[in-house]
Amino acid sequence: MTRKLVVFACFVVTAVTLVPVVMMVLVAFQSDAESMAAQPSFWPGSWHPENLTRAFELVPLGRYLLNTIIFAAGTTLLETVTAALAAYAFARLDFPGRTWLFGIYLATLMIPSQVTLIPQFVLVAKLQGIDTWPGMILPHAFTALGVFLLRQFFLGIPRDYEEAARLDGANRWQAFVRVIVPLAVPAIATLAVFKFIGQWNNLLWPLVISNSDSTRTAAVGLQVFQDTNGTQWNLLLMAATITTVPLIVLFFLTQRWFVRGITMSGLGGR
Amino acid sequence: MAVETLPARTPVRPAPTRSGPTPRWRSKETLAAWLFILPSLIGFLVFTAGPVVAAGVISLLNWNLFSSPTFAGLKNFARLGPDPTFWSALGNTVYFTFVSVPLTILVSLALALLLNQGLRRIAVFRSLLLLPYATITVAVAFVWIWLYIPQDGLVNAVLGWFGISGPAWLISDDWAMPALIAMSVWKSFGFGMVVFLAGLQAIPQQLYEAAKVDGSSAWQTFRSVTLPMLSPSLFFVVVTSIIGSFQVFDQALIMTNGGPGSRTTTLVMYIYRTGFENYDQGYAAAQSLVLFGFIVVITAAQFVLQRRLVHYDN
Repeated sequence: MTRKLVVFACFVVTAVTLVPVVMMVLVAFQSDAESMAAQPSFWPGSWHPENLTRAFELVPLGRYLLNTIIFAAGTTLLETVTAALAAYAFARLDFPGRTWLFGIYLATLMIPSQVTLIPQFVLVAKLQGIDTWPGMILPHAFTALGVFLLRQFFLGIPRDYEEAARLDGANRWQAFVRVIVPLAVPAIATLAVFKFIGQWNNLLWPLVISNSDSTRTAAVGLQVFQDTNGTQWNLLLMAATITTVPLIVLFFLTQRWFVRGITMSGLGGR
Repeated sequence: MAVETLPARTPVRPAPTRSGPTPRWRSKETLAAWLFILPSLIGFLVFTAGPVVAAGVISLLNWNLFSSPTFAGLKNFARLGPDPTFWSALGNTVYFTFVSVPLTILVSLALALLLNQGLRRIAVFRSLLLLPYATITVAVAFVWIWLYIPQDGLVNAVLGWFGISGPAWLISDDWAMPALIAMSVWKSFGFGMVVFLAGLQAIPQQLYEAAKVDGSSAWQTFRSVTLPMLSPSLFFVVVTSIIGSFQVFDQALIMTNGGPGSRTTTLVMYIYRTGFENYDQGYAAAQSLVLFGFIVVITAAQFVLQRRLVHYDN
């Protein structure tokens, strides 16, 4: 293929791929009548930036977004911290039972989250955790995947660095915090970005565990939006845009890590 | 994923500041290790390992969450046989998986090959093409409903340019599932594309030069160099895509709510309905274990195939 043809093909493919995202934004700015007309138009006949504030007035979208941030950030923070600690022990410390314990962690990697959904729900219900933050966050804050990914990375850090710190009198904890963690920032950040995006996207768990506006996330809230307002497409898609944009911004800010994370996990088979 | 062999044991040596006997240092290391693992372990036992065991127990119960459970034995599993909705949910999930996974792989591989043609601005195209992957399924599902509007929705408008009158996608018995699949391929091809790009860029250039010297055609080079060298990435994407497809839920719930009839009711949606709309927790747990069983069998089969088809250069 000639270079010009390649560039042209890339432009066409990218343009087609982005159509749904562009449409979401365009319809979000249409007037009520236009967006609900029997014959939908693609470019807004007139622009209605006030749809932005109307979406926030129609449903407590601000509250939903705040809830989504609390849910995604809470699970991400807990997961990365606990996974980093455990991964360090699995990668670097010697203790009886290490092999089989790590084996148990690995074995659960393939279990679909639907298997744990019902027992987790029952557990949270028994502990009076329905519609509370601990009930939302804790069950999704500890996964074997995070431990697995970080352990793989820690194994690649030369032992000499840590040994040097230990010879200088640092204890285990200091070696972990001052040597290992700074070296592992890219891996930890990768895990954090993955986790955050995954939880921002999570529909099933918040759907079963939150039943009021105090914990309802945006993913669940969009559904309520549809229920209460039928097909008021401009406001529905405005809400969808508002819910998606923070994620896209985060994605662009962190995409180096994101891509590296996908690459890292992709090469996991090698 | 290949698990690396465990690293060599930490050389046992006395702590620098203390000249105690070796066992004492080792027990200190054990204590430190458990302290590091404890936060993760408690969460893991309570919220992952425990619930997996509990799912097995719950599947043996008659339980609607409100009354006290009674023992049901294997009755919940026996109920699966004569339950037409379960079988159609399973059939729909298999249909979804076996169409969407090959399509996703083809699209991501084609785009990775395109982007790998020595393009200068590759990062820009790569990020833009990865954009659908970074959107929220629920939010973009709503856009796709809008695109699929039967009269003059964008999809049918474009088909109209070619003289095709498109179906009423999401309410059509035959087309609701293909419509979901198209949306899912759009949503997820970016992941495979990035993995393939990484795989392509790791192929040594000499192999292509050697193929050129031998006078291979483009197709021969692809068959005998690119594909074998790419097979580990391919294997990884196939395994993860199949596992993901078996768990499809969000877009089906939003775009079709399982309809028309139960044409797009997936296994996970049926589990959700059984457990949280019909409050039949025992039966829902039994279904989730069957789903798990399918995932294990299919993944195991892939690992067996892998030994014959995947090329690892060690």
